[in-house]
Amino acid sequence: MATENQTTDQKLQSYELMIIFTPVLAEEEFKAAQQKFSDLITSNGGSITATEPMGLRTLAYPIDKKTTGLYWLTEYQAPTDVNQKLEIQMGRDESIMRQMITRLDKYAVAYNDRRRKGIKLEHTPKRATEEVDEA
Amino acid sequence: MAKQNDIKYLSTTRVDRRPKKYCRFKKLGIKYVDYKDAEFLKKFLNEQGKMLPRRITGNSLKFQRKVAVAIKKARQLALLPFVTDLMK
Repeated sequence: MATENQTTDQKLQSYELMIIFTPVLAEEEFKAAQQKFSDLITSNGGSITATEPMGLRTLAYPIDKKTTGLYWLTEYQAPTDVNQKLEIQMGRDESIMRQMITRLDKYAVAYNDRRRKGIKLEHTPKRATEEVDEA
Repeated sequence: MAKQNDIKYLSTTRVDRRPKKYCRFKKLGIKYVDYKDAEFLKKFLNEQGKMLPRRITGNSLKFQRKVAVAIKKARQLALLPFVTDLMK
């Protein structure tokens, strides 16, 4: 839906990627893994809007007999063929327990923007969201 | 021989009038249901982590669908459980 993000030859689409790494990773390994996937996006013609390492969180249910996971969240804009390459790389990486790519519509992009600035979703007055429509 | 308290009504009278349900997304102007906000999504789940029907939440169909997708995404990413006991 983000047709306004049009480059010379390819459309850019907003996506959000959330990865759960195994909790056994050391701090540097976690950083390196983040860097690896960020580079993968940018080297394929994408641009990263924001990244958020959410760090160690308890899982709602055990995955691979582990009760915690290292969460990493990134929002990026990329041509549509990047995700396939990303998924192949993520599938090969053994430190990843789960990953999910979500396509973001314009409301989602606006929401994420507000979330990063720390404005709560539930208490948003109606007027504020109408401004988003015009943008 | 009709007594005073023997009066019969044709239609049963409503004793308690419940307040009308409303879609909280429409009322608050929320356009996007975030799968990352597990605490918010818990409002649409019961104790066992099952999704509540529209009948109870009062969501409009459009947003019930979005909530359902968001909950399923949150479950895949272990932000919400698939099944549990006493979630809250």
